[in-house]
Amino acid sequence: MSDTDTAWIETALTSARPQAVGALLRYFRDLDTAEEAFQNACLRALKTWPQNGPPRDPAAWLIMVGRNVAIDEVRRTRKQQPLPEDDQAISDLDDAEGALAERLDGSHYRDDILRLMFICCHPQLPATQQIALALRIVSGLTVKQIARAFLVSDAAMEQRITRAKAKVAEAGTPFETPGAIERSERLAGVAAMIYLIFNEGYSASGDTAEIRKPLCEEAIRLARLLLRLFQSEPEIMGLTALILLQHARSAARFAADGSLILLDDQDRSLWNRTMIAEGLALIDKAMRHRRSGPYQIQAAIAALHARAATPEETDWTQIDLLYGALEVVQPSPVVTLNRAVAVSKVRGPQAALDLIEPLAPKLANYFHFYGVRGAFLMQLGRNDEARVAFDRAIALANTSAEAAHIRMHIDRLIRDSQPKGANGGARQGAKAK
Amino acid sequence: MLYAILCYHDEDFVGSWSKDQDEAVMKKLAVVQEKLTQQGRLGPVARLLPTTAAATLRKEDPPLVLDGPYAETKEQLLGFYIVDCKNLDEALDVARDLGAANPGGAYEVRPVGVFRPGGISA
Repeated sequence: MSDTDTAWIETALTSARPQAVGALLRYFRDLDTAEEAFQNACLRALKTWPQNGPPRDPAAWLIMVGRNVAIDEVRRTRKQQPLPEDDQAISDLDDAEGALAERLDGSHYRDDILRLMFICCHPQLPATQQIALALRIVSGLTVKQIARAFLVSDAAMEQRITRAKAKVAEAGTPFETPGAIERSERLAGVAAMIYLIFNEGYSASGDTAEIRKPLCEEAIRLARLLLRLFQSEPEIMGLTALILLQHARSAARFAADGSLILLDDQDRSLWNRTMIAEGLALIDKAMRHRRSGPYQIQAAIAALHARAATPEETDWTQIDLLYGALEVVQPSPVVTLNRAVAVSKVRGPQAALDLIEPLAPKLANYFHFYGVRGAFLMQLGRNDEARVAFDRAIALANTSAEAAHIRMHIDRLIRDSQPKGANGGARQGAKAK
Repeated sequence: MLYAILCYHDEDFVGSWSKDQDEAVMKKLAVVQEKLTQQGRLGPVARLLPTTAAATLRKEDPPLVLDGPYAETKEQLLGFYIVDCKNLDEALDVARDLGAANPGGAYEVRPVGVFRPGGISA
């Protein structure tokens, strides 16, 4: 068996996983049993697929085999009955698998996967546990991979996932087919979980960006999966468009030394055009429904940035309006802060500063507030006040890249406050930092 | 005689390719395409974006726009157009005009991700 054959099987197992684990969960009503059954089915697949060729429907095959193996397991432990021979158990599988594939109708498939995702984003779990559980159960990443992405030890991640599973089991799982209202609530929860996974990967700093990139890619994969199941949901289109458009810029977001590159300074030729094309197509389609929501609005903003060939061509007036709409559907000081950036481009730094001053008490511990405030003050020539804001921002920075970025602003302030040409040495010193 | 080769595959499967796997496949395909290009036998090549980006126009009266890909297996693929449009609405307008000229059946409108015009004439 060549490497490409193994790669093929692994891809098939990954793509069948959500459906297979979802169906096994419906059958066994227990997360651990379902997961174990799927693992066993995968082991069989690795053994038999290279010899017999790929089955007609890999997911159906895995569900069938996983179910048989788990039932045998139960029989063995309960009655000590002799196990049927391996080959016997799956001898007629070709026909049975075809029949099962036909019975796996679209609606079950949809609810199985949605239920699986929904269990992971259980409201009683803290966000970090939701994400970890989803990556383990739905995506099938190993504990080691997840631990690496979250920059914690394997043991800590193992514990986090075990705890999450216990809490889910304790809370009980709704297995009945959800009604229309419940489904839309679940869907919103699942969408939020995918958004969290993406943000976890996206907010990485330069030195960890490569490690956390798989989180973004996994979020995109899950969003696409959800969209295939719910093809007419504009908010799911919006979510998928949003994360595609954001991720398309990832190659341009960090300098070689790991420092953050702002949108205006990014090399736009590094943006992934195929990803942008898909994102734009999706937001285009979502807008046609005229049922806007927070994901769609954010995606529309990202789309305006993606459409601009140069920073100067950015349609800031439209972005200001869209942030205004976002303030209505999802009011938050952070949204207003983002809007202020658009306002500064359209109506100048003073208008922007006026907009964010009332936010100070709410955002007293928010890195970006002081960064943005400092930038506006600097544009107004109020350099001393800007300096104070930047110092505060550095104290609140979450990553070394954020801190380095603010330090660059401060260096510029120092440089500008020097009498021209008087102190070249100090200028160089500041730059070298 | 010109022949159209229509590409079908399981989207779940193709969507699970990593970037490297995807690039490897495209590279292998490019080798085949290159040979045909040199022989002057290759026409346009297009890779469509995922079906999630698709909308379908049923050519009823009035025409009905639906989300998602075309899924009526009783009808067959008879041909295709490549049109340059600003957005989905514009593309659907073109499909509507075509539908008025030739009622019945449906058009699937899917954005094109990769397009190479090729060099043959019919």
